[in-house]
Amino acid sequence: MNAPMPPQQQVTNLDVNVSSMGSSFPEEVLEHVLSFITSHTDRNIVSLVCKSWYDIERWCRRRIFVGNCYAVSPAIVIRRFPEVRSVEVKGKPHFADFNLVPDGWGGYFYPWICEMAKACPWLEEIRLKRMVVTDECLELIAKSFKNFKVLVLSSCEGFSTDGLAAIAANCRDLRELDLRESDVEDLSGRWLSHFPNSCTSLQSLNISCLSSEISFSVLQHLIARSPNLKTLRLNRAVPLEKLYTLLHRAPQLVELGTGAYSAEIRSDVYTNLTDAFSRCKELKGLSGFWDVVPSYLPALYSVCSRLTSLNLSYATIQSPDVTKIITLCPNLQSLSVLDYIEDTGLNAVSLSCKDLRELRVFPSDPFVADANVSLTEQGLVDVSEGCTKLQSVLYFCRQMSNSALSSIAKNRPNLTCFRLCILEPRAPDYLTFEPLDSGFGAIVDHCKQLQRLSLSGLLTDRVFEYIGKRAKKLEMLSIAFAGDTDLGLHHVLSGCDSLRKLEIRDCPFGDKALLANVSKLETMRSLWMSSCSVSLGACKRLSQKMPRLNVEVIDEQGDLDSRPDSCHVEKLYVYRSVAGPRFDMPSFIRTMGQNPAYRRKKKKADP
Amino acid sequence: MDHQKRSTLDLFNTDLATELRLGLPGSTNDQPEIKSNLSGNKRTSSESGSSICTDENDSTFSPPMKEQVVGWPPVRSYRKNILQEKKPTCETGSGMYVKVSMDGAPYLRKMDLKIYKSYEELIEGLQEMFKCIIGLYSEKEGYNGSQHVPTYEDKDGDWMLVGDVPWNMFISSCKRLRIMKSCEATGLGTYCV
Repeated sequence: MNAPMPPQQQVTNLDVNVSSMGSSFPEEVLEHVLSFITSHTDRNIVSLVCKSWYDIERWCRRRIFVGNCYAVSPAIVIRRFPEVRSVEVKGKPHFADFNLVPDGWGGYFYPWICEMAKACPWLEEIRLKRMVVTDECLELIAKSFKNFKVLVLSSCEGFSTDGLAAIAANCRDLRELDLRESDVEDLSGRWLSHFPNSCTSLQSLNISCLSSEISFSVLQHLIARSPNLKTLRLNRAVPLEKLYTLLHRAPQLVELGTGAYSAEIRSDVYTNLTDAFSRCKELKGLSGFWDVVPSYLPALYSVCSRLTSLNLSYATIQSPDVTKIITLCPNLQSLSVLDYIEDTGLNAVSLSCKDLRELRVFPSDPFVADANVSLTEQGLVDVSEGCTKLQSVLYFCRQMSNSALSSIAKNRPNLTCFRLCILEPRAPDYLTFEPLDSGFGAIVDHCKQLQRLSLSGLLTDRVFEYIGKRAKKLEMLSIAFAGDTDLGLHHVLSGCDSLRKLEIRDCPFGDKALLANVSKLETMRSLWMSSCSVSLGACKRLSQKMPRLNVEVIDEQGDLDSRPDSCHVEKLYVYRSVAGPRFDMPSFIRTMGQNPAYRRKKKKADP
Repeated sequence: MDHQKRSTLDLFNTDLATELRLGLPGSTNDQPEIKSNLSGNKRTSSESGSSICTDENDSTFSPPMKEQVVGWPPVRSYRKNILQEKKPTCETGSGMYVKVSMDGAPYLRKMDLKIYKSYEELIEGLQEMFKCIIGLYSEKEGYNGSQHVPTYEDKDGDWMLVGDVPWNMFISSCKRLRIMKSCEATGLGTYCV
């Protein structure tokens, strides 16, 4: 749910007899109308129209989205929407991806599955991101929902292959099992054999994050009896020599993630692979490609003309090899590569891939000072010029200039997501040595639909002035090593009307901006600040002023209770919530405004 | 880009002093990897296990590797691992040398793994170099029966038995080799069950 509910609606009598409502037309009609309204925001707005609409809506809501698992209480959510079929929940803050959120922070799925197991026997889909999911949770899922179909665990952790075995064994109609980028305790590959022979419903399987070898014959048999399998993302351990047998059994695949793309150079392996790829007429997306042996790349040339999505971000192949493949893909919409592609390769992209919507270029050697590849701002400028549909950019590079950013902005006013990471913190315009304020200013000036922005390089308060003034549709902003004073943060908080998520690290922002914009924080999902200049006292004051915010201070150094109010906090996570403070935190996280004695008592009382 | 000068724009960061750096004439060295103390915080180290160093008096020659700031650049850890392991594999033919140690030997050797095409060849090479008998590998028993057991350190820092994974996977993940005495290697053979 994107907006917190006003308190009075939380205590609605849930046993109200809906049919006795004096609505102007039968509730079945309204329900039917509502079935066409699927966006979460729209649904929330519908429920606010009046009490009868609230009640009708909640009984026919089938999908719920919880952007912050601590913003609402699982029990209340599940009670409100008893007929829910699909639940999506997100846990840790985004910066957890980069190890900035300490272990034990939270984001436990267990309270959610407990409620759902009791109350939602018809639940079909669970999608989680950055949550802690235990084997016990997976076992509960496996035995609680007869119609369970979809499990997506994105960047989750806390479970092992034993839990997966339970899912495989018990979910008879499982359609989708996607473990993307999760951290799984990989005990063995045997879990896959727990899919019974009667299970033929699989449409999507993503095990790319697992390291163990799975029995090839089990995998082969599973694929062979899954006629609707459209997405298959293998793990690295699946050998290339045998990939062709899997493709033979699944020529209907739309998305394929290979295993390691290397084998001894043998002509029979090559021929088998080439032949198998040529049979996959529906293939639109490719990924995987660990350990690429370039000699095997031509085997997939036959599918390139149909590809809309290509992820070569693990392929440590040099520019000529990368470029050759990409120039064979005129229908590419989404491309992920390493910076081995270099400027020359990106220039080729700009000429060949006229339908490109999304580009991600990752660094091959992020910790080396000198550039190991010839990838500069020019590559991105070329793509921005040649690919007129480009909307989303993630670009790691070592140098940038205001003029390049300005060109990109003018070329591509349709950008909705622009994430630039110049590897060296505070790197200035490499031509003029000035800050990159005007360059990013051009981005927010021209790209009026920009929803997501990540900044890097040398930046003063001025860039935030531009952002506050111009970036009116901006929903997520990531800032690192930037700004001069509190004024920078103030510009953002007071100016960005659509801001939902703000994450900041290592910036000289402190108390003044925060305390001058307290109400703003309740209109946002969350604010993260680490290694900034926010004092403990300011955190306490913020919490006092805004009781519906959870102001969580993370400090691994020692006892917060004995610190003076003037000391700076290590990390701060502020989010709105109708569930009140949480009690599942480790000792080094403290919610401001919570009496420590009460907190310890509550923690004991909870099971 | 052999010269960087930054004005003190950052009024809050009193430790971020002017950085003046000179390179050799004609050199194209990139900026140095200096991480200044990033904000006026009154505490020492913000992250466990990693310190942000203040190093204005560093030499003019930048070492090849940066001191790492936690969480920077913002790349997921599984991406870092994948890439780092590629270092031993040089596709341009300059050889793939790894250190080889043998328990009891006074010094280490270096061996080019690229000259071998299979485990058999590698074992032969090891036996030749160290004048020892390693014997035959079997999936169930490992190298049971021989006095020496070849092991290797993989990209994750784990010590593995040579021979378990396909050759190409071994080549791309092997960082160094160690020939253990078989009496010390008990437990390794039963590892992969």
